[in-house]
Amino acid sequence: MTIGFGGWGSRRKPMAAIRAILRSDLTDLTVVSYGGPDVGLLCAAGKVKKVVFAFVTLDSIPTDPHFRAARQAGAVETMEIDEGMFYLGLLAASQRVPFLPTRAGLGSDVMAHNPSMRTVTSPYDDGEELVAMPALALDAAVVHVNRADASGSGQILGPDPFFDELFLGAAQRRYVTTERLVPTEQFAAEGPIQTMSISRLLTDGVVETPGGAHFTACVPDYSRDEAFQKAYAAAAGDPDSWTAFSRRYLELDEAGYQEARLEPTAAPTGGSR
Amino acid sequence: MSEGSDVSRAEFCAIACAEVFRGDGEVMASAFGTAPALGARLAKLTFAPDLVLTDGDAALMVGAPALGTPLSALTLESHMPYRKVFDVVWSGRRNLIMMASQIDRDGNQNISAIGDWARPKAQLIGVRGAPGNTINHPTSYWVPNHSTRSFVEQVDVVSGVGYARAAAAGPPATRFHQIRHVVSNLGVFDFETPDHTMRLRSIHPGVSVDEIVEATGFGLVIPAEVPDTRLPTPEELTLIRDVLDPKGLRDREVKG
Repeated sequence: MTIGFGGWGSRRKPMAAIRAILRSDLTDLTVVSYGGPDVGLLCAAGKVKKVVFAFVTLDSIPTDPHFRAARQAGAVETMEIDEGMFYLGLLAASQRVPFLPTRAGLGSDVMAHNPSMRTVTSPYDDGEELVAMPALALDAAVVHVNRADASGSGQILGPDPFFDELFLGAAQRRYVTTERLVPTEQFAAEGPIQTMSISRLLTDGVVETPGGAHFTACVPDYSRDEAFQKAYAAAAGDPDSWTAFSRRYLELDEAGYQEARLEPTAAPTGGSR
Repeated sequence: MSEGSDVSRAEFCAIACAEVFRGDGEVMASAFGTAPALGARLAKLTFAPDLVLTDGDAALMVGAPALGTPLSALTLESHMPYRKVFDVVWSGRRNLIMMASQIDRDGNQNISAIGDWARPKAQLIGVRGAPGNTINHPTSYWVPNHSTRSFVEQVDVVSGVGYARAAAAGPPATRFHQIRHVVSNLGVFDFETPDHTMRLRSIHPGVSVDEIVEATGFGLVIPAEVPDTRLPTPEELTLIRDVLDPKGLRDREVKG
């Protein structure tokens, strides 16, 4: 299955959905993401066949050590593309066209490392030969938003909606998780019309998951839990640490996770709680 | 004391980064790393006043506040989420200083992986926007740790596109392609040679040509006369020290 996740790096990632996937029997996934700990967690759990990415980062920590380990072990296939090509791939899928042309990628190893990637020659007088970025069609997509209503309209209150709309647009099955499920009438009190950016035309299901982006940032509701993120990264250091981290936080249901991460001794490496 | 002997290496780096923006009009200046961030702000406050700076999050900001100013204290002038950043990138109205884990004589940059891409020795962040940036608008690089590990014969993964690769890809790739400068902790480099291979443009005072040759993993073009990286003016030095970086963040990135 090819599945896309909204957010960017370690920001507004649908982490509750990721944790649910970790507990499920889903496997052999092709993960499409402006990658953060969503990619790292799924790699650490052996759920991933292939990653489609332009970067995988934890923002305040430059790389995700779990993804790094998977790559360095040759454990995952990859389609590595420019982050603008990535955008156009989602846009093409959303618009039901096979590709979109772009200059991005020309001359770089993105072309060499994706031998199936083609160029296209402009049919107009300029005759320019450009990259034909193929549609990134998704079987499913999950995004996490600040507010949503029961019909699946979503509201993003942070400064950047990222590419969430396009992930949903590119997918067959489309899910929104939200900090708070609210009556539709309440959207206007939460923020201006531009924040109501996910239309129910783009969604099939909605789930209320308070803290559902933790430990990534979900402003203005909460910022990144840096101490917890450090503990997550440090746990990649050896198998025993990872087993301990998994037992403590991941082999629980979502309610158990939310409880465990609030324990006073949680995230021992950071100490800022 | 000779003129400029109290100017730190980090301050020469900031000046060299500011020079990347000389002659720019109203374009979006994006700068990764401390010296580039300082350089862009310095350029805006002096010889490139029309530069448009980003807040590092999702907006364009007014003026050139000190490094480390909290987001909440900035005055914003326009929304610039990532999706709109690509509109700017592809329009060419941008001048960028990126970092490079590896850079080679043709100006190829690598931030993707070290070693064999199929199973790398070290996975880095990924190509990010480097392929699209380099092919669409002027790009320069900042390398705070100049060594034979960062200045290499050939990068392991071409993320940012250099001159030979762009030429091989043809006119659609060369049309808007320009690698302006490479600034390192040792000197400044450009590609103003007949075959667009890397040339030593200036040396930060206190560094020798031999030191640079020693720390570079390929044969640089070295002109007979290599100038020193220029001194900051007294006004620039005051701006760096008292206005833009009073906490001295620059000294954490580059010593000496």
